[in-house]
Amino acid sequence: MGMEVFKDIYENRHKYQKEWKEKTGSKMIGYFCTYAPEEIMYAADIIPVRILGSHEPQNVTEPHIFGMYCPFCRDVLAQGLKGRYDYLDGIMIAQSCLHVRQAYTSWDLHIPVGFSYYLPMPHRVTNAGAKPFLRQELIDFKNAIEAWTGKTILPEDIDKGIEILNTTRRLLRQVWDLRKAENPPITGQEAIYMVLACQFGDKREVNKLLEEALNELKTRKIDRETGNRLMIIGSEDDDIAFINMVETICGATFVMEDHCTGSRYFWNQVVPQEDRYAALAARYCERPPCPTKDWAQPRDRLVWALDMAKQWGVEGAIIVQQKFCDPHELDIPAFRKAFEAAGIPTLFLEFDVTVPLGPFRIRVDAFLEMLRQEDLF
Amino acid sequence: MSKGQLYPTEPLKTWGLAKQAREDFYLDYRDCHAKGGIRWAGGAWALDALTYGLGDDVFSITSEPYGASCAFNKDIAMKCMMTTEKYGYARDLCAYMRIYWGSVLTKGTYPWGGDYPIPDFIYQDHICCSHAKWYQVIVDHEPQIPMTCIDVAAGPFMPGTDVKIKPHAVKYVADQMLEAAEWLEKTTGRKFDDEKFIEAVKTECVNTSLWADICALNKAVPAPIDEKTMYSLYVLNTLCKANKRITPVLKEVYEDVKDRVARGIAAVPNEKARIMSDTQPPWGFLKVFRYLERYGVVSIGSLYTFGLMGIWEVKEDGTWGGRTLPWEKGVEIKTREQAAYVNADWNLSKPEFQHFYHPKYKTRMMSRIAKEWKLDGVMLHYNRGCEGLSLGIAENRLGLLKAGVPVMTFEGNMGDEREFDEVATMARIDAFMETLGLKKDY
Repeated sequence: MGMEVFKDIYENRHKYQKEWKEKTGSKMIGYFCTYAPEEIMYAADIIPVRILGSHEPQNVTEPHIFGMYCPFCRDVLAQGLKGRYDYLDGIMIAQSCLHVRQAYTSWDLHIPVGFSYYLPMPHRVTNAGAKPFLRQELIDFKNAIEAWTGKTILPEDIDKGIEILNTTRRLLRQVWDLRKAENPPITGQEAIYMVLACQFGDKREVNKLLEEALNELKTRKIDRETGNRLMIIGSEDDDIAFINMVETICGATFVMEDHCTGSRYFWNQVVPQEDRYAALAARYCERPPCPTKDWAQPRDRLVWALDMAKQWGVEGAIIVQQKFCDPHELDIPAFRKAFEAAGIPTLFLEFDVTVPLGPFRIRVDAFLEMLRQEDLF
Repeated sequence: MSKGQLYPTEPLKTWGLAKQAREDFYLDYRDCHAKGGIRWAGGAWALDALTYGLGDDVFSITSEPYGASCAFNKDIAMKCMMTTEKYGYARDLCAYMRIYWGSVLTKGTYPWGGDYPIPDFIYQDHICCSHAKWYQVIVDHEPQIPMTCIDVAAGPFMPGTDVKIKPHAVKYVADQMLEAAEWLEKTTGRKFDDEKFIEAVKTECVNTSLWADICALNKAVPAPIDEKTMYSLYVLNTLCKANKRITPVLKEVYEDVKDRVARGIAAVPNEKARIMSDTQPPWGFLKVFRYLERYGVVSIGSLYTFGLMGIWEVKEDGTWGGRTLPWEKGVEIKTREQAAYVNADWNLSKPEFQHFYHPKYKTRMMSRIAKEWKLDGVMLHYNRGCEGLSLGIAENRLGLLKAGVPVMTFEGNMGDEREFDEVATMARIDAFMETLGLKKDY
């Protein structure tokens, strides 16, 4: 089978989703942030599909989102305005950052869909009241889905949703463990394709693909040097062109990452309990947080990322951020300071919609030379 | 009356009173330690009524008005922002926040003299991405300061409309306040006084409803006060909306403005057209509003000046006015729990909170203002300095145009003069005035 299947789902996501919809007759809901409770959608036999950008310059969002907001949210909205997700039956967002919220609200205003839902996911996720609050919001969301579909969602349906998502998370964690190896059997790029395939594909199918891939990876040897072990940290990052350049041209490997198109998406599971909605609320409040939900001192996300860096033997960290991404901008100086203090040098890069491969290659090469302490002359 | 003058005008009688109250706030904060008092820092939206449970000698500094005060002094603002940039923080972050951080990190930048007075604790709230993180960064640099923060992003609520708040959402915020009361006791070593807290909750209701009523008086033609003046008045509630010392000042202002309406006293004597603005102005360039007067245009305020610290509802006759006080609806506050619930419910209905959930709410409120305050147009400030209050602003423009309200936009920054083009802005105003059929009087 090979890893190509995940890449194929990522690159041909719309074709995949249209064909899948035709084949299964399932409704599809597009979601804008990984705090979306996918379990409830699967409980209703709805396929949740993440809405991401296309990394192409566009000119359709200027009337809708003021230019000081991140290029990612504008790229996301552009997909809707260009009709690329025209197969969606509905959209939803679980409250996250201001920026992507605008993509959702403009989509809601200008692109007709049969169902649109704003879920006020708490920001202060560590507070005692956050879980009961979210629990009720999840029930309200379930009720809204029921009203829309006309189908009652039973406790066993929620169990089914939890099982599907937990399987995805368990399998991905097993793959991630393999990346700890001295010579990881999977590149960072392949790993990101896997996560993205999970966000775009029907997990009931993707889980089978993950299982097959995992079996293959256990004995796989790849014909390349691992080079420097890197971690990539930051805002949404499916900038495959960049990851590919670092791994194939600069001679390094991403063995770990902290972003919502990577580990943050799947790291923790729903721990079953009698009250299914309380179990779901606990999972979403306890996952590695997005910076907008991390107010702790020291930052929970920073403690988590440093621990991952140590466990995965990271030699250097590339900290990336979407231009204008406030939540990350507010964390980056603290992250750089803490990583440097832990003996892990950092390189900071600011991303836009497209990746400036030339300039970034020069900066990554220089960073790697520093890591290798190469004698240049 | 001079040539071109259509209405009589005179200075606001309560102007000096309001200015003094503002100055006292900053001096009290600075000097309170000498009198055994406590000082704390948090945003203007912090649920500050709670802190009055610690006693009458507890003084705060509210970060956004503080940033605005510094921004009015361009030299201080620039010094602060450059310091912040040197520490590695991005230039596109909230301008108030960058100024505030810079003031903490730089010697001698407290506008009322001396260094920034370090607070005893931080008590913040969070609805915009920057709010809790703002003070998290402060604690990065001043780790000895204890901090807590309340999440108020619990869902939209517009009293008198179909946008209702869910009881569990109010409880979520109220429960955090109750937790915070215990935290305040532990942090300061002072006993929390429920009576004082209840009194502060009531005071906040009075002050913020009263401010809405003052703004509603500006529906009169000619407008008794203009927006530039309003900035010096609305600020009182942004500083200490639950402070009983503010109530008599606001009551006097209310009577003063009401008297002006009765006597036909205009803020702009040549008033021929009425507009509103939006979000914070570029504080270093308030002369924009005086420039409008040359066309006989008065800016009657904005959703920002009305709704940042004014609490509103739709009245029985369908118009907008100050929200009815809880006890006028039979709600008697007797316990700490009740007070927290009432205060949470009250704050969640803040008009400026609603567009964090969807721009359609803000468009709806702005369209209402345009109609009830008899406006000829709207000036939208595409404010690069505030991600929170510029949220959805492009959709507001489209929504207002659809509602038939002429709109102009100008790009700027409330606190960073490097992002404001004065000449270009004036040129845009000229063009807008031309479309409204107006010519300069002088």
